[in-house]
Amino acid sequence: MSFWRKYIFSTDHKIIGIQFLFVSLFFLLVGGLLAMQIRWQLGFPGKPMPGGGILPESMASGGVILPEYYVQLVSMHGTFMVFFAIMPLLVGVYANFLIPLKLGAHDMAFPRINMASFWLALLAGLIMTASFFVPNGPIRSGWTNYAPLAARPDLSGVTVGQMLWCISIVVLGLSSVMGSLNYITTVINHRAPGMTWFRMPLSVWALFITAILGVLALPVLQGAAIMLLFDNVLGTHFFDPVAGGQALLWQHLFWFFGHPEVYILILPAMGMVSDIIANGSRKPIFGYHSMVFAIIGIAFLGWIVWGHHMFMSGMNPTLGSTFMVSTLLIAVPSAVKVFNWLGTMWRGNLHFHVPMLNAIGFVSMFTIGGLSGIFMAATPVDIPIHDTQFIVAHIHYVLFGGSLFALFAAIPYWYPKMFGRMMHEGIGKLHFGLTFLFYNLTFFPMHIIGMGGQMRRIYDPTIYDFLKPQQPLNVFISYAAFALFAVQALFLFNFLWSLKFGKKAPQNPWNDNGMEWSLSNPAPHGNWERTPNVYRGPYEFSSPEAGDKDFLPQFMKLPTDRDPVPAPVPAAGH
Amino acid sequence: MRWWLPDAGSTFAGPIDTMFLVILIITGIALVLVEVGVVTFVIRYRARPGRKAFYTHGSTRAEVIWTAIPAVTMVALGLVSNHYWVLIKDKKSVPPNAYHIGVHAKQFEWQITYPGPDGKLGTSDDFTVRNQLHVPVNEPVAAELSSEDVIHSFFVPEWRLKQDAVPGMHIIAWFQATKTGEFELGCAELCGMGHYKMRARVFVHTPEEFKAWLTQQATGGGGGGGSE
Amino acid sequence: MTHGTQVLDQMRPPYPAEPGAGVYSSKLGMWVFLASDVMFFTALIGSYIVLRFGAPGEWAKPGAVLNVPLTAVNTFLLICSSVSMVKAYAAIQDGKKYFLRPVPGKLLRDGGLKFWLLVTMICGAAFVSVQVVEYIKLVGHGFTPAGFREGSLLAEHAAADPIKYGVTVAGLYGSSFFTMTGFHGFHVTCGVISMTYLYFTKVLPEKYSPQDYRGIEVIGLYWHFVDLVWIILFTIVYLI
Repeated sequence: MSFWRKYIFSTDHKIIGIQFLFVSLFFLLVGGLLAMQIRWQLGFPGKPMPGGGILPESMASGGVILPEYYVQLVSMHGTFMVFFAIMPLLVGVYANFLIPLKLGAHDMAFPRINMASFWLALLAGLIMTASFFVPNGPIRSGWTNYAPLAARPDLSGVTVGQMLWCISIVVLGLSSVMGSLNYITTVINHRAPGMTWFRMPLSVWALFITAILGVLALPVLQGAAIMLLFDNVLGTHFFDPVAGGQALLWQHLFWFFGHPEVYILILPAMGMVSDIIANGSRKPIFGYHSMVFAIIGIAFLGWIVWGHHMFMSGMNPTLGSTFMVSTLLIAVPSAVKVFNWLGTMWRGNLHFHVPMLNAIGFVSMFTIGGLSGIFMAATPVDIPIHDTQFIVAHIHYVLFGGSLFALFAAIPYWYPKMFGRMMHEGIGKLHFGLTFLFYNLTFFPMHIIGMGGQMRRIYDPTIYDFLKPQQPLNVFISYAAFALFAVQALFLFNFLWSLKFGKKAPQNPWNDNGMEWSLSNPAPHGNWERTPNVYRGPYEFSSPEAGDKDFLPQFMKLPTDRDPVPAPVPAAGH
Repeated sequence: MRWWLPDAGSTFAGPIDTMFLVILIITGIALVLVEVGVVTFVIRYRARPGRKAFYTHGSTRAEVIWTAIPAVTMVALGLVSNHYWVLIKDKKSVPPNAYHIGVHAKQFEWQITYPGPDGKLGTSDDFTVRNQLHVPVNEPVAAELSSEDVIHSFFVPEWRLKQDAVPGMHIIAWFQATKTGEFELGCAELCGMGHYKMRARVFVHTPEEFKAWLTQQATGGGGGGGSE
Repeated sequence: MTHGTQVLDQMRPPYPAEPGAGVYSSKLGMWVFLASDVMFFTALIGSYIVLRFGAPGEWAKPGAVLNVPLTAVNTFLLICSSVSMVKAYAAIQDGKKYFLRPVPGKLLRDGGLKFWLLVTMICGAAFVSVQVVEYIKLVGHGFTPAGFREGSLLAEHAAADPIKYGVTVAGLYGSSFFTMTGFHGFHVTCGVISMTYLYFTKVLPEKYSPQDYRGIEVIGLYWHFVDLVWIILFTIVYLI
């Protein structure tokens, strides 16, 4: 196979996953650079930013960030991080890479559609990036892009940038649906003999449920983005009250998508963390069935909580009450998961490899993020904290403390399977420690600033007398954020350096039970020559059947095991 | 340096702040349990030569307990929350004797309309002031929110009051201030590049001061106050 | 049912697997895709319902702005294309890969896959063409996504009878009409293009057989879905 077919236009799910990895890490970096500029402005309002001279005068006059540019920064930071960093890192990378490997399949159900899903995602990312280079720049209405502001170029000041945002989202939605088609069909129809539903690892369960969320939620956003695009360019009036449209319609559509979206952003993280904690604890996952039902419960409830983003919106307060109930309830399956992770670690034999450290970090940080959500769920308490930095703290505790720490666990964990080498353990541990420290120093104080009343997306808090006393905390947060960003150089270096110079990986470096570890590193094209058999569940660590080893892989046949019988009328086809 | 919520300045602040504290205690306990659990397990169960993990797949009893307790807590929280939610946001909760003012949000200022001497909003003796909100202390006030262009949000931290002003909708946000003094009003919904400077000065007057201010506005003082 | 199991046998993978959905993967994939398409149209149609019933004014009366008889004919065309799609599916199930074959003793010939799929494609293409013509006429008359164009004939008529033409919410009317029917037309177009591709790459070279006609079944599912959406749209946009 030529270089182009093997590495560029590949239909191999593993290559596609790696392509997503490189592109998404790039967008993560872009999102981080945008955040640094935001923190500069919030910490040192009106002061020229170091290096700001390279920005055009329309964005930063003499290096001082302008208000128009500031709202563009916050809008695009959110957009890039949610749509082009976290979502593709969790789903585009790991759904693609792990699902066939962990199920004993040769590839996805529709390899060419899978390839198209990557190229469409890349195209969407390029379109979104292009919005920085058009007249008046990218959107100014927040990643949530509320109408009517987003629907009226005369009020937002943005024309082409808004069009590009909408088009990019529609293309990304297409990519997402194509990916989900693959993930769902592969999990249902392409499990190797013996891989029953309740022997699938939690990472696969989570990615499967996430794919269902995606396939049903993204099209709603596509519809909304199309209506917004038409309001901008065709003169339609969907969100324009002057002509009978409804401003709140955008919010309902966006958040009907948006809430399932945030579960798309956390469930795969939870799934992978489960795999890693079981491995690090050398124990089966505590409460495997409960964990599965918790994933399903979170996904199901996730469809009926969207109104909690709209408590202050002017929608009927009774509607607010119903959303409050469903929102408080969704805390329960999340709590169950946290307790089960603790239960897994309890009486385990804990090995603190880098993935395990980051996975434990995930559990402690996600707990904070989840608990802070309870304040907002209680509607009267949401009144003072809605649209303040308290919300920003919550978002970042679940997305960074949650999803990103899970990625810092998953990336080194499956790195050997992807590249045949190990990431450097020492650098990884240093990265974890420093990231954990600076991350908490950056985001915990935001709860306090939010309680004090600092609103979201404001260019200069110091013009308000009631916010002036809190400004020292803003400065502190900014310094911590700069340090946090700088520390990520360790991860970037480790990731890139190890590609060439990392220790060559043994076949099963983590002594793990997953099907993927029966293959060489990196895993070959087509995965297995003959379909493997699956003999047990995914978490048989320290099983008495394992003898003197503390793990027992799913693919390992013991003398007492019988070969599974494949389906009499196999339905898995292409 | 502020470390807590702003000083309480309205009748809503009491219940809201109490609920905040209660939730802080509940979540604080949960947080301590989890984090102490993590730290304890990390130390106590770390791998050492000769140790083996305890092979178990879980405990149904544990699952039931740690599902039931959070569920019951959440339901209780919901019931209490809803009680105050209805009191604050429901249209029927607006006191019939509330003093109505019009708050019209636009990019990037607050236009506040006061009923003139006749005490009725929507009559010819109303007058409008830019970026200055004057209210009497210890009397219910109903702000009738509207927007000229995009979604803004009416936010006075000390009153624990926040309500979006949505174009095409007429929304009433009522409150009763309990402390005199000067405060600030900020916009809490991104409304464009001037969102950050959509600030108004808020004055809570004694009844006499308020009457005096009204008279002054209606006769000579006229029209806009300064904006900032 | 023999036909079913025959299809499933062909779906026997080159490798064994756990029992899955009981249908072959392409069909499962199409069902999943159709679920996503349902959500897409739900967003558009749901918004239409919310906007119409929350509208500050009366909606235009049926037939005032839009050409119902022409669209009724178009609807009939699309339904016919669904019928011909079913005939195409039945044909390949019976192994009739040909175009037309004379039937002894009968005037009418027997249509095979090549015939019936072509009929479906032609009807689908005709539907889209009629819709394009309809759009051109509507816009020429003055009906645009933004409402009634100022100075147009339609605007004149509307001014004379504002209730019948729903003048106060003409903007919403135009917005929802063109968006919903436009994206439906886009879906029909994609269907016709897919069928054309299959026709030349698989149907004409007779690659489908009673043992493997997955492409026909899968495109058929898509086609029936698109038809169903149209029935709904036609009713709520043109008739009510």
